[in-house]
Amino acid sequence: MIKIDINKKLHGAKGEMDLNVNLEINEGDFLALAGKSGSGKTTLLRILAGLESSSGVIHIGDEVWQDEKFSLAPQKRKIGFVFQDYALFPNMTVEENLLFVQNDKALAKQLLEVTELSELAKRRPSTLSGGQKQRVSLCRALMNRPKLLLMDEPLSALDPAMRTKLQNEILTLHKEFGTTTIMVSHDPSEIYRLSSRVVVLEQGRVVDDGLPKEVLLKTNGSQKFSFEGELLELIKVDVMFVAIVAIGQQLVEVVVSPMEAKGLKVGEKVSISTKAFAPTIV
Amino acid sequence: MLETLKTLDLTPFILSFKLAGLTTLILFIISLPLAWYLSQSRSKAKPFLEAITALPIVLPPSVLGFYILILFAKVDLAFSFTGLVIASCFYSLPFMVQPLQGGFEGLNKNMLEASYLSGKSRLTTLLKVALPNIKPALLTALIITFAHTVGEFGVVLMIGGSIPDETKVASIAIYEMVEIMDYGTAHIYSAIMVLISFVVLLSVYVFNHTQKKIGGFH
Repeated sequence: MIKIDINKKLHGAKGEMDLNVNLEINEGDFLALAGKSGSGKTTLLRILAGLESSSGVIHIGDEVWQDEKFSLAPQKRKIGFVFQDYALFPNMTVEENLLFVQNDKALAKQLLEVTELSELAKRRPSTLSGGQKQRVSLCRALMNRPKLLLMDEPLSALDPAMRTKLQNEILTLHKEFGTTTIMVSHDPSEIYRLSSRVVVLEQGRVVDDGLPKEVLLKTNGSQKFSFEGELLELIKVDVMFVAIVAIGQQLVEVVVSPMEAKGLKVGEKVSISTKAFAPTIV
Repeated sequence: MLETLKTLDLTPFILSFKLAGLTTLILFIISLPLAWYLSQSRSKAKPFLEAITALPIVLPPSVLGFYILILFAKVDLAFSFTGLVIASCFYSLPFMVQPLQGGFEGLNKNMLEASYLSGKSRLTTLLKVALPNIKPALLTALIITFAHTVGEFGVVLMIGGSIPDETKVASIAIYEMVEIMDYGTAHIYSAIMVLISFVVLLSVYVFNHTQKKIGGFH
């Protein structure tokens, strides 16, 4: 059981903010940390890693990492950390990056095999693609058999296809090593596929905490489908209006009445929802 | 002309390079922890340390020479080669510290943190991760310190005097040749200095250029 109860004053873009998080995490859990940027997600990870100070307690099983008087050095916490920008050591080959953490050749070989990197073992990071770099970074984070694996938006710099591939590898490695994992992510599909629990932070506080299904599948009342999007344009067609809305990467047209159109403004965030209908999935 | 070349006394050059080599070595050992500390520190003492380190750049060499001379009078180091090495270390300090500090500051902070999280100490991180990834800055620091020490004049004159085979380095020798109006030797000495300095600087820039091309650092 991991117990976190920490407090830290942050000076964010919106002035002072209190990061106040109280969480209990079961061993082996895969927890996704979501929330707007500036809500304190990265700071929470850095506090867990010992890279930033805070007041409060952090207990990992029967080990104390931090209490009111004491804070264990990051070197001694046995943490795996995956950074968004990979943060590999450019002066070392892929294999050397892994062995630098722990001179365990068998483990390095196993990790490189799982992530299909064996053939690149002797290459330098500067010659790898973004997806390959992040896989090396993931392997490196697991080299000291960490008690806690922290990932700060590990896949956000990658294209969608590479993202899906890496999600599968993360899942495989998580199953194989059973490492308790906390991952910062903005991507609902990623959170849904990987995590067993979602914690949403807002202004430094936990505002939602539960199963991905409960937290992510937000439907009000009897609505079955509901999307958030941005209104790009309102076009008058005869007596009706057509609204062009961007939902994620996709554009859709929605017919609205002149009355409804009056209440809409181009550039605004809008919500599109529908009640009973039978959608087709292909 | 050929006769002059044959009888040319090269001792001043040997002295200059010995002085510069020793100074560079000592300064590298002193500056490495100092530059690392300055690059990583967020302490309020940092600007003071930085200002003190940079002083030799702006102070006239005579001011530096004067203080060192007063200091040396008490320990009997003035007008000796050892005294010259110590004085040069003061004089060339910023030329070693500043490029190293700049190199360390340009490193990816996450990369250094990744090393700490791998259980590595600050010293291991400095030697195995930080230093190998600032090669161009390291080379610049070493070469500029060496070249700057070879080129110094004011401090050497005040601290070393001009004792042949002991403290009469190349720059002093040239000054003396001009004073006694031996322009022939002064020409040759000066030409050698220009040539060596140019080759050294050229090699630094060529190296840094190729490093950037292969993306060895950012």
